Amino acid sequence: MKLPAFDYRSPETIDDAVHILREEAGAAKVIAGGQSLIPLLAFRLAAPSVLVDLAAIPDLNRIDIREDGVRIGAMVRWCDIESHEALAAAQPLLTAAVAHVAHYQIRNRGTIGGSLAHADPAAEMPGIAITCGAELSVVGAGGRRCIPAREFFVGPLMTSLESDEVIEAVHLPAWRTGRKWAFEEFAQRRGDFALAGAALFYDETDGVVRDAHVGVIGAGDVPRRLAEVEAVLNGRRIDTGLIAQAARTAAAAVEPADDIHASAAYRRALVETLVERALLHASQAGHP
Amino acid sequence: MKPINTYVGSPVERVEDLRFLRGQGVYIADFEREGQWHAAFLRSPVAHGIVRRLDVASALAMKGVRAVVTADDIPAPIPKIPFRRPNPTIAPYAQPVIASGKVRYVGEPVAMVLAESAEVAEDALQQIVLDIDALPAVVDRETSLAQKTLLFEGTDSNVAAMFTARFGDVDAAFRTAHYVRREQFRVQRHTALPMETRGLLADWNAQSQRLTMFGAAKLPFFNRRVLAKMMDLDETAVDYVELDVGGGFGARGEFYPEDFLVAHAARAFGHPIKWIEDRREHFTAIAHAREMDADIEIACSEAGDILGLRGTIHVDVGAYVRPNGMTPVRNVVQFLGGPYRIPNIQLEARALVRNKTPAGTYRGPGRFEGCFFCERMLDIAARDLGLDRIEIRRRNLLIADDMPYRLAEVRPDDGFGDTACDSGDYRITLDRCAAEFGWKDKQAIDGKLIDGRYHGVAIGCFIEGGASGPRENARMEARAGGGVDVYVGSSAIGQGIETVMAQIAADALGIPMQRVKVMHGSTSYLHEGFGSYGSRATVMGGSAIVSAAQALLSAFRAIAARRLSVAPEQLGIADGVARAPDGRSMSFGDVGAEEALAADGSFASSKQTYTYGAAAAHVAVDPRTGSVQVVDYVVVDDVGRIINPLTLHGQITGAAVQGFGSVFSEQLIYDADGQLLVGSLADYQIPLATDYPHIRAISLEVYPSPNNPLGAKGAGEGGVIPVGGVVSNAIASALATFGVQPRELPLTPPRLWTLIDQART
Amino acid sequence: MKVEFEVNGRPVEIDVAPRTTLADCLRQQLKLTGTHLGCEHGVCGACTVIMNGAAVRSCLMLAVQARGASLVTVEGLSHGEDLSPLQAAFRRHNALQCGFCTPGMLTTLHALLTREPFASEERIRDVLSGNLCRCTGYIPIVEAALDARSAYQAAAGSDHT
Repeated sequence: MKLPAFDYRSPETIDDAVHILREEAGAAKVIAGGQSLIPLLAFRLAAPSVLVDLAAIPDLNRIDIREDGVRIGAMVRWCDIESHEALAAAQPLLTAAVAHVAHYQIRNRGTIGGSLAHADPAAEMPGIAITCGAELSVVGAGGRRCIPAREFFVGPLMTSLESDEVIEAVHLPAWRTGRKWAFEEFAQRRGDFALAGAALFYDETDGVVRDAHVGVIGAGDVPRRLAEVEAVLNGRRIDTGLIAQAARTAAAAVEPADDIHASAAYRRALVETLVERALLHASQAGHP
Repeated sequence: MKPINTYVGSPVERVEDLRFLRGQGVYIADFEREGQWHAAFLRSPVAHGIVRRLDVASALAMKGVRAVVTADDIPAPIPKIPFRRPNPTIAPYAQPVIASGKVRYVGEPVAMVLAESAEVAEDALQQIVLDIDALPAVVDRETSLAQKTLLFEGTDSNVAAMFTARFGDVDAAFRTAHYVRREQFRVQRHTALPMETRGLLADWNAQSQRLTMFGAAKLPFFNRRVLAKMMDLDETAVDYVELDVGGGFGARGEFYPEDFLVAHAARAFGHPIKWIEDRREHFTAIAHAREMDADIEIACSEAGDILGLRGTIHVDVGAYVRPNGMTPVRNVVQFLGGPYRIPNIQLEARALVRNKTPAGTYRGPGRFEGCFFCERMLDIAARDLGLDRIEIRRRNLLIADDMPYRLAEVRPDDGFGDTACDSGDYRITLDRCAAEFGWKDKQAIDGKLIDGRYHGVAIGCFIEGGASGPRENARMEARAGGGVDVYVGSSAIGQGIETVMAQIAADALGIPMQRVKVMHGSTSYLHEGFGSYGSRATVMGGSAIVSAAQALLSAFRAIAARRLSVAPEQLGIADGVARAPDGRSMSFGDVGAEEALAADGSFASSKQTYTYGAAAAHVAVDPRTGSVQVVDYVVVDDVGRIINPLTLHGQITGAAVQGFGSVFSEQLIYDADGQLLVGSLADYQIPLATDYPHIRAISLEVYPSPNNPLGAKGAGEGGVIPVGGVVSNAIASALATFGVQPRELPLTPPRLWTLIDQART
Repeated sequence: MKVEFEVNGRPVEIDVAPRTTLADCLRQQLKLTGTHLGCEHGVCGACTVIMNGAAVRSCLMLAVQARGASLVTVEGLSHGEDLSPLQAAFRRHNALQCGFCTPGMLTTLHALLTREPFASEERIRDVLSGNLCRCTGYIPIVEAALDARSAYQAAAGSDHT
């Protein structure tokens, strides 16, 4: 499974990267960590003319924790997120999800930008981006723009990025203190793509749920926030009855596929189980 | 002189580890020859069809491409790969070394590109134009049996062979039995998946007209014979050389199409040809295994004596009958009854060809499947009859008075021979296993819901047939420095034979192990050898070494007596030194420096050995996700004689984990068009380090085998055999309140969840 | 393309095609064949090498991406005839049979235990979930890793700054 032939460029500015992408008119591909791209090339599912490596571009691997949220550069690797002490407190849901990404060696190379651009519907990062309402800052020949996560993922392995655009950073909104949250995924083996996963959080005022965000991965073409489930939760008090109702609503709200790994019926039931378990953990846990 | 056993039985650290740990192992991919070309294979993308057009011109024109070989370049008739055992009906189903006109499975070799590098060879594959008119793909059993589409012209059936195992009078037994139950079970198609893919390097010396094949494994002597014949060469002109091998498990080492094609190209073009299989092609190119469904009935007395077993098993052997393709088919009927005393048997297995990758052996072939069928039946019968699950087994297990216990005869006779369980009291391992596992205490949680999971336990028994004949050979040569080189016909596939054989040789010669060097597998070492399969290496190779050692010591005694001018019987021999009564002495090294001191040994046996044992499992099932945790797993076996407890334990543990993969996660799925939907290690899911941490393996030496001088029984496959039956029984027990009866493997979370869901509604 | 990096303490300058993976570069150009290819798509871990202290899958890296890096392969884990404490532990515990996955196991564990000498059994197992083995069933590999921890802890303890 040797890779097909391609040219390799390692520009030193993001504008140079964009320039090469534009010149190659869609035939070039960006390489970040390479952990998703290189297997694609090994299977000869893609044959780019040029690989544009972002590694030499400075400042793409910064993690900035600010009042209005966290800005994570596209080249930040999973291991950087895992080892960043302040990030666990600033974005606990993100940090919890990253622990599930693939394996140790992959996490030493794979990047947040690469995962978002690859857009696997069962991957954790796209699910976190959707659940948290992230914004992606991208740069292209037409300039810089911000794409909300909900407009970014358009299909399995498909995003709204133009062929000359590069993700520069992802911005996650500030995390409110006292927030309840949980991340639950189920895969047959450690590190496998999730058969389904749930990422959620909500705030509580006087014991009443508000601003619930409930996201699901692996149960459709794209990761989704389940507005139907959020509507069930918002304005109510958490108890086992509400949790069960929310979970059933989640199962009904998703449209998973049948594939060689699992049937749609199984995935639906799994979503119900994971949303239920996530809500139980969120409501019981002593999160700060 | 009685050998003092110091090495045999000791947990000697492995000799071969030193180079593996330093990254100095030489596997075929690490091996190079000057001037080599690289081969890549174009494989059929269609499961069944007629080749209309095969245009290699663009590929040939690419820079770096040296040649392209198709069926047209092979002198007619295209060689067909022979079978290892005779059979009256399988000849029409043999595999040609390259597809010619017709393709019968996705992955069948259609063309071979030779290039200056593996990269260019792979690039060139994409330039070949291959047009195939598709024929209906025969994928499932019904279609295969319906015979509307026959895979082979000139045949009237897709049933390549039928084997029956018969004993007693089954009709009478079933007519009069108190209890009869019929069930259907299915084992999925899966594959051995060694961590190293296959590879070969063929080197043709035009001057000496000799062919050397590097990358041999398992059966170098048989393969040499086959290849020599195909290439119209004398056997002595071909060498199969074994390098380090990254696991075999029954799949690597059989004669494959690539063995011929790579060798043919080396001779045709006068360059060494190197081929390394990549993992994607591995899934469609290496032998598949285990796909069988069984429709069987058991008859019992009210007290639980097994009176009879009858039924039919259909085995999917893929598109062609491979050299060892019939082994699992004949094994399942002979060994389905396992370690039990069953007076009446009538089992029939049919080998069906279908448009899938051809199937061969995988660890415990036919035995894993048979044990799954039998053990599931026994737990179902126990429940129906209200009997304790240990008791129903215990009363039927073979005991010393039964030995030797002839198993049902398999017909047609394929040269494997009739077989008999050699020695043992099979209740010993059952009782010990139950005790180690804590069977009595665990009954309290069986079937119970605890913290959201259903717990279940089960216990089962098995035999492992080993030491397949007919013989093995060994040769010993004394070296000048006092060391002894040992050549043995067994092959290394990771089981540590350099160490185990050295232990046996050192003990037999009475010299320190450091002075023994074991060379194995390559055809240049011995005139004839037989290889490693069916758990035979230690017993057959080891016994051949014992024989060679005796011969060497006799030769040494004779030479030393002559040179010391004493009568041979006056010499005392110990530690490799012969001492005369007056104190003069002579060592192996003294002799070896001046004259040839060598001896051949051989061990022939048509009697297999039977390691026997029992395994118990405790599982916890999450009914919401279908996920199962193996909380505890204990296996106890009696291997007759333990040569190296460290390597033995390793084999059993590794085999058990392979068994868990078969039960829970591994499957090769085909769609209705015969496309294999699994093509990467992400989709083909073998166990990880996080999956099965709780395994305990205990080996006993209670009943040696009477069939070889070591008293040892083959033990490389037993670890895998009981896993399917025992674990699925534990799951059934856990889910007894739902009435879930697992009848098909694998029990992946989604499949188990579906069973629970169906049982609920 | 020219690329420079360091392997097992020695500087290297080579000319590679962009599409050459780091694994193939190590194996074919540098003749360091201890790093094995089990899948070439980043799942099996047999190709693991250590880059700047971190375990990485060399089949998922282009050789050109290793520019300026300090690499350690399995060949660099021992010196001369001696086995490192981790390698010796593998031998003691029979943590290898066919040996094909072993280099990746060793580099992964060396990287892990160097950074986390007090890693728990759960952590070790979790990290090893990224390395496939078909022969041993993993149990002796984990035992060997636990046994080798004391040597890494001693080494960490003696590195006082």
